Amino acid sequence: MKDPAPLHDTAPRRPRLRAFRSASLRFSLAYGVLFALSSILFMSFIWWGTIGFLERQVETAINADARALAERWVMGGVPTLALTIEDRLEQNLDDDAIYMVIDPEGNYLAGNVSSWPAKVEYTDRWYSLPDTRAGLRGLAELHAYRLPGTAQTHTAGQLDSGYKLLVGRDMRARSILRRLLTDSLLWAWVMVTLLAVSGAMLVHRIFRRMVKTVARTTSAIAHGDLNRRMPLVGNGDEMDQVAEAINEMLDRIVRLMDGVREVSNSIAHDLRTPITRARTQLEDAALHARDADELRAAIERAVGNLDNITAVFEALLRIAQIETGARRSAFATFDLRPVLFDIADLYEAVAETHGIGLELDMDDVLPFYGDRSLIQQAVANLLDNAIKFSPEHSTVRLSAHIAPVATGRLVTPAGGAILKVEIRDEGIGMSDEDMERATERFFRAEKARNTPGSGLGLAMVRAIVHLHGGEIQLSRQQPGLVVRLLLPVASSALAEYGYDPFDDDMPDMTRTSHFSHQHDTNSDVL
Amino acid sequence: MHILVVEDDPTVRNFVAKGLREAGHLTELTDNGKDGLFLAVSEKFDLIILDRMLPGGIDGLRLLETIRAQNNTTPVLLLSALADVDDRVQGLKAGGDDYVTKPFAFSELLARVEALGRRGRTEQVPQTKLVVADLEIDLLSRTVRRAGQKIDLQPREFRLLEYLTRHTGQVVTRTMLLEGVWDYHFDPQTNVIDVHVSRLRQKVDKPFGTPLIHTIRNAGYMLRAE
Repeated sequence: MKDPAPLHDTAPRRPRLRAFRSASLRFSLAYGVLFALSSILFMSFIWWGTIGFLERQVETAINADARALAERWVMGGVPTLALTIEDRLEQNLDDDAIYMVIDPEGNYLAGNVSSWPAKVEYTDRWYSLPDTRAGLRGLAELHAYRLPGTAQTHTAGQLDSGYKLLVGRDMRARSILRRLLTDSLLWAWVMVTLLAVSGAMLVHRIFRRMVKTVARTTSAIAHGDLNRRMPLVGNGDEMDQVAEAINEMLDRIVRLMDGVREVSNSIAHDLRTPITRARTQLEDAALHARDADELRAAIERAVGNLDNITAVFEALLRIAQIETGARRSAFATFDLRPVLFDIADLYEAVAETHGIGLELDMDDVLPFYGDRSLIQQAVANLLDNAIKFSPEHSTVRLSAHIAPVATGRLVTPAGGAILKVEIRDEGIGMSDEDMERATERFFRAEKARNTPGSGLGLAMVRAIVHLHGGEIQLSRQQPGLVVRLLLPVASSALAEYGYDPFDDDMPDMTRTSHFSHQHDTNSDVL
Repeated sequence: MHILVVEDDPTVRNFVAKGLREAGHLTELTDNGKDGLFLAVSEKFDLIILDRMLPGGIDGLRLLETIRAQNNTTPVLLLSALADVDDRVQGLKAGGDDYVTKPFAFSELLARVEALGRRGRTEQVPQTKLVVADLEIDLLSRTVRRAGQKIDLQPREFRLLEYLTRHTGQVVTRTMLLEGVWDYHFDPQTNVIDVHVSRLRQKVDKPFGTPLIHTIRNAGYMLRAE
């Protein structure tokens, strides 16, 4: 751990503690320790398994030997047994076999051990005793057996002949094997642990580099360099996803900051103008008004200007409030159709006085989940615009339909649908550049400068649509403008009105109704 | 009417009081919630104009809730710089009868004051018929007659006329109409209300010579027999 991995190059005091404050180091250390522990466990298991198997094998061999010798004894007594033992010793290439037979008095009869070991007293247990063979000291595994009565002794009714057999194996070769196994396993463990530690260090490095990039980028941003972005590898892995998420967040922050800057600039400009006007009017009246009527008129105009300022302020605050998303608590399920009908009714009279026709085309039921009064306001703003910028004898069309599929980038909840509200006018339209910026606060197209308005209408519509998770699209038609609101409809709202967007055979869902001027067939819902 | 004004800003308070006195009302003024509460419970008022944010520990909503808890049903008009929809809902839930946001036009405030004062007097008896001069509105069959002649009205036009008639002799502002007839609480920018009123006039006034619906400059409309 020569590198304590400081993320910030400040205060290099107490380096040992600082090292453990690094999360990546802790993770990689934990990984290394876990790896080493599990390999110890694994190798111990191999060791015990192998050694145990070897010991069991020796014991089995000794038992088998003893059984075979006992059979020879029963068949031929001492001479046969002695012969067999000699044969076996000759054939024993490893030179590790130990045999001995004694008579009841303890006298040597056969085998390669000169005297019965004093410690071997019982015939029901294993003995490990040191021995010396060919000048080398070693360990022998021994077992003593009582030889059963022979044909001769049987006749005397003796079950036990009193003769004893000693069978054993010299364990030197096995000890060597055991040491070898132990050594190689130990070395293997050391290697594995080394590998684990270096792997852990590698992981630590990679992790640290990633975190360092994030930390460097975010700290640069914190210090005001908002143009910095996380580098992308481009393979779409988790790190890339994190980087992408961070970049997206930064983009949003930049947009918000731009928005705030724009708003403050706009306030400075757009509110300064009416305030200046009001102030000038008041001052002018105070200085130059010749009589009370003139004074009163000037004051009234100034009050009107102040009212405009208030309206702009209120609109700005409302947009800001909508953009925070706080109003989502007022969401409810309702049928949008009567709501749109009411709005259309309100503006139809205005349209008529301008010689403009207002046409409606809506599905019979428009289930929706959202804020009723905000949707009212959005549609009111759009109708207001459409009528304001339409020439006489043209038509404004308001249509609202539900479609089952997601359009564009909109993400609908599973089973949901898209509500498409469209307002088409045949008015002066907008240039492409203007359409790009139309929903910005205080933006007013060149052609619209001379009409009354604050330039906040579409900005508010956009805020409202975004609050509902939808989007606003502007497009041109010849002549005029099409404003399309795409609003996702929650499946719960659809369910409440028994509406299945995926059922093509839903009856009465797309019957359209036109209302123009006074005599419309749907007046009962007004 | 005997009106209590609880408002801490002296400019607004004196302006409101002056205007109300000019309109023929008696006013009692106070600049804090404590005195306001004391006056509200100890004297009988026809109306209370109440600011929401008040110094002295008791704010407007506390005052309102307290007097409502004592079964005091004096109409209360809340006057506040808190202009959010939520703030308005909060104020009405606490027992307020109307809500005017600052800054306000005095004509708007006065119209609402008059409407509230009237409401206190007329709402006890459910009416089935409204009559002003030769105009008759049957609220049950939803038919309108003037000088014995039936007038065909759209449902919304009917509600507009009904609203104006219920406030006969009082100024009704555009905002009041938007809220009372359409139930909209936003500023529709263009003069939508004027258009609807003028359409109503075409049907109710124009064929009959004498107008009933009058435009009140800088304020709104008033329905009255000449």
